[in-house]
Amino acid sequence: MIRRPKPERFRLRRTMMFMNAQKPGLIKDAYIYGCDSIMLDLEDAVAENQKDAARFSLYHALTTIDYGATEVIVRINGLDTPHWQEDIRVCVAGGADGIRIAKCESAQDVHTVEAAVEAAEKEFGVEVGRTLLMAALESPKGILNAYEICAASDRMFGVAISGGDFRKCLQTSFQRDGVDMLVARGQMLIAARAAGIQCFDTVFTDLDDEEGFRAEVLQNKAMGFDGKSLINPKQIRLVHEVFAPTEKEVRQAEAVVRAFVEQSAAGVGVFTVNGKMIDVAFIPGAQRTLRLAKACGMYEGDLV
Amino acid sequence: MINAVGREIPEELLVNGKEVYQGKYYMDGKYLQKAAPRNRRYEKPAESKIVETIADALKQCGAKDGMTFSFHHHLRNGDFVANMVMQAAVEELGLKDLTIAATSLGEAHDPIADYIEQGKVVGIQTSGIRGRVGDVVSHGALKTPAIIRSHGGRPRAIEAGEVHIDIAFVAAPTSDCVGNCRGIGGKSNCGSLGYAMTDAKYADHVVVVTDCLVDFPNFPASVEAIDVDAVVVVDSIGNPKKIASAAARISQNPRDLMMAENVAKVIASTPYFKEGFSFQTGVGGPSLAANLFLEKYMDERGIKMGWAIGGICGPMVELLKKGKVGKVIDVQDFDLDAVNSINQTPGHYEMSASQYANPANKGAFVNKLDFVVLAALEIDTGFNVNVLTGSDGVLRGAPGGHPDTAAGSKVCIIVTPLTRGRMATVCEKVVTVTTPGDCVDVLVTDYGIAVNPLRPDLIECLDKAGIPHVTIESLKEKAYSLVGRPDDLEWEDKVVAVLEARDGTILDVVRKIKPLEL
Repeated sequence: MIRRPKPERFRLRRTMMFMNAQKPGLIKDAYIYGCDSIMLDLEDAVAENQKDAARFSLYHALTTIDYGATEVIVRINGLDTPHWQEDIRVCVAGGADGIRIAKCESAQDVHTVEAAVEAAEKEFGVEVGRTLLMAALESPKGILNAYEICAASDRMFGVAISGGDFRKCLQTSFQRDGVDMLVARGQMLIAARAAGIQCFDTVFTDLDDEEGFRAEVLQNKAMGFDGKSLINPKQIRLVHEVFAPTEKEVRQAEAVVRAFVEQSAAGVGVFTVNGKMIDVAFIPGAQRTLRLAKACGMYEGDLV
Repeated sequence: MINAVGREIPEELLVNGKEVYQGKYYMDGKYLQKAAPRNRRYEKPAESKIVETIADALKQCGAKDGMTFSFHHHLRNGDFVANMVMQAAVEELGLKDLTIAATSLGEAHDPIADYIEQGKVVGIQTSGIRGRVGDVVSHGALKTPAIIRSHGGRPRAIEAGEVHIDIAFVAAPTSDCVGNCRGIGGKSNCGSLGYAMTDAKYADHVVVVTDCLVDFPNFPASVEAIDVDAVVVVDSIGNPKKIASAAARISQNPRDLMMAENVAKVIASTPYFKEGFSFQTGVGGPSLAANLFLEKYMDERGIKMGWAIGGICGPMVELLKKGKVGKVIDVQDFDLDAVNSINQTPGHYEMSASQYANPANKGAFVNKLDFVVLAALEIDTGFNVNVLTGSDGVLRGAPGGHPDTAAGSKVCIIVTPLTRGRMATVCEKVVTVTTPGDCVDVLVTDYGIAVNPLRPDLIECLDKAGIPHVTIESLKEKAYSLVGRPDDLEWEDKVVAVLEARDGTILDVVRKIKPLEL
């Protein structure tokens, strides 16, 4: 049986690729495409009368396939369904890295899931606290409660918006400039940052519209998202390209972190790098740039 | 005797100067004495060479027991001609002990398996063997071992007289009444007739079979009347639907696309990827898709492809029409876009199999090739490739131009998924070596890239470009960890096929497979 290492709450999550947990051909080696996380879906992709079969398929995949460094998240069914408790037991028993709470609307939803996860961890002898959580906001209520959701648990690593359901609730439709979801995306981002967790954008469903996809990913990056949900492996490359730092950013970040290490050893708190004033507040950002650069194969040093 | 790829070659095959494979370029600089055909003179003017039936043509050419007939496979799985000729020879003329020297045999030629089982056909020499013919040969029905040669090895063997063609049959989409043939203009168009050219020059007799008679002179001709003895007009030489597929579409399969993208990345990382580079790719999913990604890199660097060769299909013609490749020269056309383009689109030309790939002439196109992208049924940790025998040991493939382009090109890239169903594509030891590992440079799979340790220069290129790569052993282990390690195949002693290296040495043999007992 495959034993996955303890999940990291904060790690690189530029790309989360959705796939039906019931499709062996898809899930058997989804890691080969190089996405940061895969999202095995028990919810919308699985027909109502196939939920049980999908759970068996999921458990088998989790326990027999070595996904290596690719994070494995499972989207469970909503709390208004009869499926979610059993979904959680399977995720925990199989050793999934994290669970995505569908249609999350309140901190209470997170607490409800967390209690079931903890019970399952005890039931299956899994270290309590191992299983991470993220929430999908799919309704206006979820967006309005974004901060309490983001801050509801130490297991929470991130929050994502689900565009399809949200647009329906808002009585709008996909707009090329993103105005349909601009406020929701913004509110969610602010909440996530305030709670200190990551934030992910929704899927882009028109695989043939390369220009539209690029525009949306560029906007995602500009707004401050950590990553994006995907529906097809061919979307991975562009997201990684867009989210990659520039050479100049990498060089600057390296100089900042290096200078900080040297200056703080000498007892200096504020200093300049390439003409810019730098203090401790700049360090986390610079380190994040270097970690990203490392993941993109642009930085090979040992500062991060 | 053990050859350079570690295969045991039975001593009884090493007669009349036959040697085992010694490594690529072993024959370089040696001389080849060409075997000239014995041709009948047609000195007295005649209006036409048309004869009524194939049987009449056979009689006119003095067909008799023990002869060798040659066929070419431009009509692919739609070909009717080989079957019509063999039926006339065996059933109308009652001939026996015949040898078929074909450029490829496939499912279209299933009826010929009966003649093998009846002992009427006693020899097969081909560059591809599939369907029932492959099956009956694998099960020992053929009297002499089949000889499998590459597309370049075949014209070499013909020119050297190792195979002497008594009568060559040309399946011609159009012909005039004296035998000038072209691959276009009729109802069974196939484009290039490149594989038939050497046969027509070296056979004692040449018979053209066409279903579209056109006015004299049918020019420019691919096979010329000066080499033709007789022309037979039949209702149909083939099934057009199976001759050329509709336009070959680039795969949308994400796995294929990922591999194709990595192929293009590898190509773009080498110093050979520069203005005027040359390229050949196959028509399989990831091979064909490589065109797409390569074009992106060409645009990025602002360079153009000098020329492309091969079997050709639509996407390459498209590049030619866009002015992104200077010339396209081919021996075979795979889809209607290519068929309709050859000798029509400026820069799209036809060539013979010898000019394409023959290692014994003074410089085939493959010798100038920078990159070739090829598929594989299996590849082992010595980078030896099998494109001939299935995992059950049965003949069901075609070396085609694989060994020729691999040996000639500067960078030979094999692209294949790591597993197919329950079969590991990357394995310990291929069933049959059809392309020796010393000709194969890079392997691209869906689970990673491996570079042949014989090419430290390419390893450096990939490292510089930041393209991750692993050892081929680790890919093999990964494959076995996914699908398990198969038991060895069990063979009987009888050799059913001899796999000739392109230079004429013996690369491997295929033995009769033991029936599976559960």
